[in-house]
Amino acid sequence: MSNAAVTAATTSSAADAGKSALARLGEAFVGRLVIIIPYLWLVFFFLIPFVIVFKISLSQTAIAIPPYTPVLGFGDGLSGLLDQLKQLSIDNYTWLTQDALYVNAYVTSVIVAAISTVLTLLVGYPIAYGMARAPATLRPTLLMLVILPFWTSFLIRVYAWIGILKPEGLLNQLLLASGVINQPLIILNTYTAIFIGIVYSYLPFMVLPLYSALEKMDYSLIEAAKDLGCPPTSAFWKITFPLSLPGVIAGCLLVFIPAVGEFVIPDLLGGSQTLMIGKTLWNEFFANRDWPVSSAVAVILLLLLIVPIMLFQRAQARAQEQDK
Amino acid sequence: MNPTWSRFNITSIVLGFAFLYLPIVLLVVFSFNESKLVTVWGGFSTKWYVSLFHNQGLMDATWVTARVAVISATVATVLGTLAALTLTRYTRFKGRMLFSGMVFAPLVMPEVITGLSLLLLFVAVGLDRGFLTVTLAHITLTMCFVAVVVQSRLMTFDRSLEEAAMDLGAPPVKTFFQITLPVIMPAIVSGWMLAFTLSLDDLVIASFTSGPGATTLPMKIYSQVRLGVTPEINAACTILIAVVAVGVIIASLANKRREVQRQRDEQAAQRG
Amino acid sequence: MKSLGSIRRDFAPWNDPNAKPYIQFDNVTKKFGDFTAVNNLSLTIFEREFFALLGASGCGKSTLLRMLAGFEEPTAGRILLDGQDLRGIPPYRRPVNMMFQSYALFPHMTVENNIAFGLKQDGMPKPEIAARVGEMLKLVKLEQFAKRKPHQLSGGQRQRVALARSVAKRPKVLLLDEPLGALDKKLREETQFELMDLQQSLGLTFVVVTHDQEEAMTMADRIAIIDKGEVMQVATPAEVYEAPGSRFVAGFVGNVNMFEGKIARGDAGAASIDTGNGITIRTENAGDAAIGAAVAFAIRPEKIKVSSKKPDGAVNAIEGEVYDIAYLGDMTVYHVRLDDGHVVRASTMNAARITEDPLSWNDRAWVSFRPDAGVVLTR
Repeated sequence: MSNAAVTAATTSSAADAGKSALARLGEAFVGRLVIIIPYLWLVFFFLIPFVIVFKISLSQTAIAIPPYTPVLGFGDGLSGLLDQLKQLSIDNYTWLTQDALYVNAYVTSVIVAAISTVLTLLVGYPIAYGMARAPATLRPTLLMLVILPFWTSFLIRVYAWIGILKPEGLLNQLLLASGVINQPLIILNTYTAIFIGIVYSYLPFMVLPLYSALEKMDYSLIEAAKDLGCPPTSAFWKITFPLSLPGVIAGCLLVFIPAVGEFVIPDLLGGSQTLMIGKTLWNEFFANRDWPVSSAVAVILLLLLIVPIMLFQRAQARAQEQDK
Repeated sequence: MNPTWSRFNITSIVLGFAFLYLPIVLLVVFSFNESKLVTVWGGFSTKWYVSLFHNQGLMDATWVTARVAVISATVATVLGTLAALTLTRYTRFKGRMLFSGMVFAPLVMPEVITGLSLLLLFVAVGLDRGFLTVTLAHITLTMCFVAVVVQSRLMTFDRSLEEAAMDLGAPPVKTFFQITLPVIMPAIVSGWMLAFTLSLDDLVIASFTSGPGATTLPMKIYSQVRLGVTPEINAACTILIAVVAVGVIIASLANKRREVQRQRDEQAAQRG
Repeated sequence: MKSLGSIRRDFAPWNDPNAKPYIQFDNVTKKFGDFTAVNNLSLTIFEREFFALLGASGCGKSTLLRMLAGFEEPTAGRILLDGQDLRGIPPYRRPVNMMFQSYALFPHMTVENNIAFGLKQDGMPKPEIAARVGEMLKLVKLEQFAKRKPHQLSGGQRQRVALARSVAKRPKVLLLDEPLGALDKKLREETQFELMDLQQSLGLTFVVVTHDQEEAMTMADRIAIIDKGEVMQVATPAEVYEAPGSRFVAGFVGNVNMFEGKIARGDAGAASIDTGNGITIRTENAGDAAIGAAVAFAIRPEKIKVSSKKPDGAVNAIEGEVYDIAYLGDMTVYHVRLDDGHVVRASTMNAARITEDPLSWNDRAWVSFRPDAGVVLTR
């Protein structure tokens, strides 16, 4: 190569590098936007609202619009802000601990959610297992059939159970007619109805992760276990179940966390006699219009759920890693 | 055929599906009940459907819900797709943990908390509750679901397609619009459908964030359910179920046909 | 030793001190975190050369290709193409194109549109694009498949589309990442020759990454054998096979029998190697290995003769016992256990259709080879 050619090549390379540096800057900016837009949205509409909830939970109830005081603002300058901060108090939290109603509601909610989760697992596992072992041609259809109810309104599905569980409802009609019982069973407006409602509504959330864990499993593992002298039941507990554990954990968290704060099911199926925290918060807010107390209820509920939510996120992250 | 597709498996699937579908079927059946009593069969009638269309409040609520669902699903799809790209493509940036936390948390967060916190935000910034606030709330909730759907598609996306496009001279932004977006489009579409139905279904968050004049269909149904079970509500529910079910079934049948055609093409290609 | 040339007669720019290199890797290092994929590697490739990077998976060969394409930047060192430093030039501005291992055909575009994609990026006028696409389709014999989508094609056809797409822009260099890896054996052999013809007729420089030594031997003018991010040897296929530069290369390419020992005595390239087990090997290929140096004597199986009696006048003849016989159709492979325990592999072409094999399992046998049949390796 001649000297001139070398010089030409180097200059053109330098120019090209310069251009690409600029282009890269532009692309970096576009790349940033991809992050920044959803990030800011979630910060503004998800994170900041929690800060506000926390702040208002420390405020006093007032008959005003909005119905709490102090309204935090920067209108009065820094000293005004400090004044407002002094007015914040933990009275609402003290109130929550003193009133047995709230403590009971929290405890009952966690217990009801836990029992419902176990029941959902017991109902969901055989279904997911059956689906995973179904002929491959049938599996997509079965999967769609599990997902389909999820697309139909939650409210409607819960509502459908009222007609079935009522004292004069379809279940009692059937049982009375067949002579199994003489007196109608009282199911509606009891915890039993809540269990049924949660299991029914959240079943797809349990079945889907279980199915995807079981379907991924190589069936020759079971054959290997049997070949090595392991009877079927014991092969299930020693091979299948441990390998489906990620699905079990994901499914249980997907059911448990929202169930603790569930409102529609206890409200429509549980009646006034049952106590759950989601309903308490709703009533505190809509019936009593006590925004600070309902905020405090929400904060405690969130604290209660923070560990399971973090577990859920870790499980999600791990599943992502494995997919890679 | 799988040798382990046993009688036990079949039984558990049949019972499971019966449990999932029987309540819905009964609800639909009793929407055609002549009698006003929802649980006693009084003969076939479509009169509740007729009265439904004369219920102006219900019709208004349906219109509000449809608009909220279309707008929020569309915005949520854009934001959710961006969030999914962020989660899969930018594995290292400051605050990534916080970001993925904010995407996944709304999936399981009790709706009463999300609803209350959004309401307090709207009050704090002085935004009047109404159509806009419900829409914003629904965007926030459903964009996370879209993000999860699109993200799982992006995980299995063959990055060499993008590399090939760049190798052939397409700069990154162009590569995204000409290659990445068309390839992940089915996932984006199903993300939109999911967002749409979630918005259509939501009662709790809408109750918190909606104001006068922006009553959604679930809110309307809920207020009537509180007053008692009526065949008219059954009819409204049946229409809602039918709309969603037909949509989902058409979508999945179209999907299946494409898949079958694709398999046939592939087999033909292997032979030819 | 006689120089072993390229498969193409008269094409050997690497032997010409005045030939200017086309692609140069200059002390290139690439690290991914703590892992060093490419370690201070230098390599020169000439214009119109068919160059193969051969190595086991994870040896760094694909990283080299991806650095050339611009998907990765070297951590240190530089890469020159036709004298131009490629650093900072993004992949979409480099005059090289790549054929991907997965083919990376755009699933939503027809065969035509796949091939036209790169041309459109350059803003080529439509009639010219159509003409070029037609030319490419003809080149890979897919004219009647222009309107099909990738999933409507067989594996071999997809491979051709990928090839057509990557040469459509007439790149200075075509990079091929395991181009035949996804094809079955028969198709692979046919395609090897097609690729060679294509490279000849287009006059392009090809850099191919492969883990398949047969593929590299068949197609390439020169092969670089890569291990742990370093070049072990760069040579023509014949040199790599007949004159490997190290124990690693000898063992990596083809089958080989290796005897470790010390040079006992020697003059002018000829030497005796004492293996220390009572076996002494006489060779003419000792090069400049000094007396007393620890060396390996490497000999290919087909250069060893097996017989039931000691051959008359053989310079190297060692006695042992037949341990295994494998009949492979075109040849028969014997494993003979020498009296020192060493197992030697020897292969014989089955020139006659039916051969009455005088040797059987556990027979006593002699292995013999000529003094110029093996090589002495010091590394």
